[in-house]
Amino acid sequence: MSRTDTQARTASAPADRGGPKQPLIIAQDLKKHFPVRSGLLNRQSATVHAVDGVSFEVRKGETLGIVGESGCGKSTTARLLIGLIELDQGHIIFDGEELGTDIQLKELRHGVQMVFQDSYASLNPRLTIEQSIAFGPAVQKLDDPKARARDLMQRVGLDPDRFAARYPHELSGGQRQRVNIARALAMSPRLVILDEAVSALDKSVEAQVLNLLSDLRKELGLTYVFISHDLNVVRFISDRVLVMYLGEVVEVGPVDAIYETQAHPYTASLFAAMPSMDPDNRTKEPPLAGDPPNPIDPPTGCRFHTRCRFAEDICSAAKPKLATIAGNPDHLAACHIQDARSGHSLATREAAE
Amino acid sequence: MAATDVTELIEPVVRTQGYWTGVFHRFRKDPVAVTCTAIILLLILAAIFAPYLDLADPYKSSMIKRLKPIGTDGFLLGTDEQGRDMFARLIYGGRLTLFIGLMPVVFAFVIGSCLGLVAGYAGGLVNTIIMRTIDVFFAFPSVLLAIAISGALGAGIFNSLVSLTIVFIPPIARVAESVTSSVRALDYIDAARASGGDALTIIRVHIIGNVLGPIFVYATSLTSVCMILAAGLSFLGIGVRPPEPEWGLMLNTLRTAIYVNPWVAALPGLMIFVTSLCLNLLSDGLRSAMNVKD
Repeated sequence: MSRTDTQARTASAPADRGGPKQPLIIAQDLKKHFPVRSGLLNRQSATVHAVDGVSFEVRKGETLGIVGESGCGKSTTARLLIGLIELDQGHIIFDGEELGTDIQLKELRHGVQMVFQDSYASLNPRLTIEQSIAFGPAVQKLDDPKARARDLMQRVGLDPDRFAARYPHELSGGQRQRVNIARALAMSPRLVILDEAVSALDKSVEAQVLNLLSDLRKELGLTYVFISHDLNVVRFISDRVLVMYLGEVVEVGPVDAIYETQAHPYTASLFAAMPSMDPDNRTKEPPLAGDPPNPIDPPTGCRFHTRCRFAEDICSAAKPKLATIAGNPDHLAACHIQDARSGHSLATREAAE
Repeated sequence: MAATDVTELIEPVVRTQGYWTGVFHRFRKDPVAVTCTAIILLLILAAIFAPYLDLADPYKSSMIKRLKPIGTDGFLLGTDEQGRDMFARLIYGGRLTLFIGLMPVVFAFVIGSCLGLVAGYAGGLVNTIIMRTIDVFFAFPSVLLAIAISGALGAGIFNSLVSLTIVFIPPIARVAESVTSSVRALDYIDAARASGGDALTIIRVHIIGNVLGPIFVYATSLTSVCMILAAGLSFLGIGVRPPEPEWGLMLNTLRTAIYVNPWVAALPGLMIFVTSLCLNLLSDGLRSAMNVKD
């Protein structure tokens, strides 16, 4: 077997500190607010609540899909997880060890890697494919970066003899994204964050790359955080799905449960916006009108109440908590309708039923 | 097999050469750039080896042989307003002119690029401090700034070098900063950071190669401005002093002869024009050669 395989195994076995039950990464109450500066003195005039109290966990070996509209904080969450932007508040616990106290950023980056959406912008145009892949292992002083790079190129389906000396612009989008995947894997990570990694690809190439990702996950025992706006893709690859709205988690649960019954009205409208496969059953009207509210000044209470058709007074007054919904301890939603004690008219009715 | 794509059907391009070898090969195929490089090299070599070229004495003046036209017997390019051999003076003039025209830009390129790289990569407060300081220099016209600094430091070639270097640092730093911050925002820098690379490694591997081209091209375009500024300083008596041959100074002293013998009077200007044009075309050629996408 090739060397990366053995490396990955030896690297993951002793590093698996918390055991199989310990989630690989736990995000606790992540907050990231970006200042908006304006005026003559560049004073902070407003704050963008990009990620506002997001908590979730990623279990070992699973794929967690993160979905939501543009601007809901998916990418910011991804960048927080890998430490590309600094947390304002919250904790990241990687396999039982907290970032900042037990492990430092540099060690976290051994374990977590990321694949970006824009396959072209994420490769240095002046480095050959081999140099790009070998950069990470070289700076982390892993042994023989070049051999690693060539081995990984083989793994992602690019013949090293043919592609090693090529430049990114000489490759197609799908090939470049394979290079990006190889680059992330070159660090022998345990968690790979795929931030819209297949969104910019043609459908046929997208399918190839998705299959490659599934194969690699099995072979190398990886865990994925898969960010996408494409619900079909998320359904295909994910074990669990997390739905975000305006910097908050509104629903999280196993992929089958969520695709079957959406507990949160936002999730429901998101899924209703999915184009139907049946031409007789076209979506004629958008299930959700208007743009999401400005994250500079998010609505009070439930952030979705401005667009929710079930909104009542309670929704703008109190913020619903993320809680399990009946029947499935793994399925959580943040909606007053799901909480019998919230005072929402629909909630009481459902509770009575 | 569905996975086969077009590039796999084409014969593989085996490329073993490094980046700079590739740049050299592409540069060599550009006739304009090669010609310009040859002219610049010829001027530099002529300037360096001027004493061995069996030229007339560039300092020997003669009242009766003043302002002879081009092609006069014994004076290939005529004589200047003091009867000195123009051809010899133009060749000798290349020594000072090229030195004064190129060195400040070289120094400013090194210092300005460093400042711009640091400001562009670090961003935030560091960027503000560096760039706002540089903005102060933009408040003065470059000629005025050069004169002021030279005047304060006193006359002399070394002081002109210092003042011209200071004049050219701000524009180069500004270009460097803007290119760096746009490269800094690209995903491959984030990917490199996510790989755990420290700032210096990232700048060395991922940034310098992508920003040096535009900065270099901009800097080469400044050399012509620099030669003109140096000439201005000489004219005011705070740069090169007569009777030293220097193209800018020659242009200034010969301007009185423009009605008597316009062709001779225009010669130093022609030299400056050819040199700066060649430098600009050379930098253009270099820019396209450095661009791997073509």
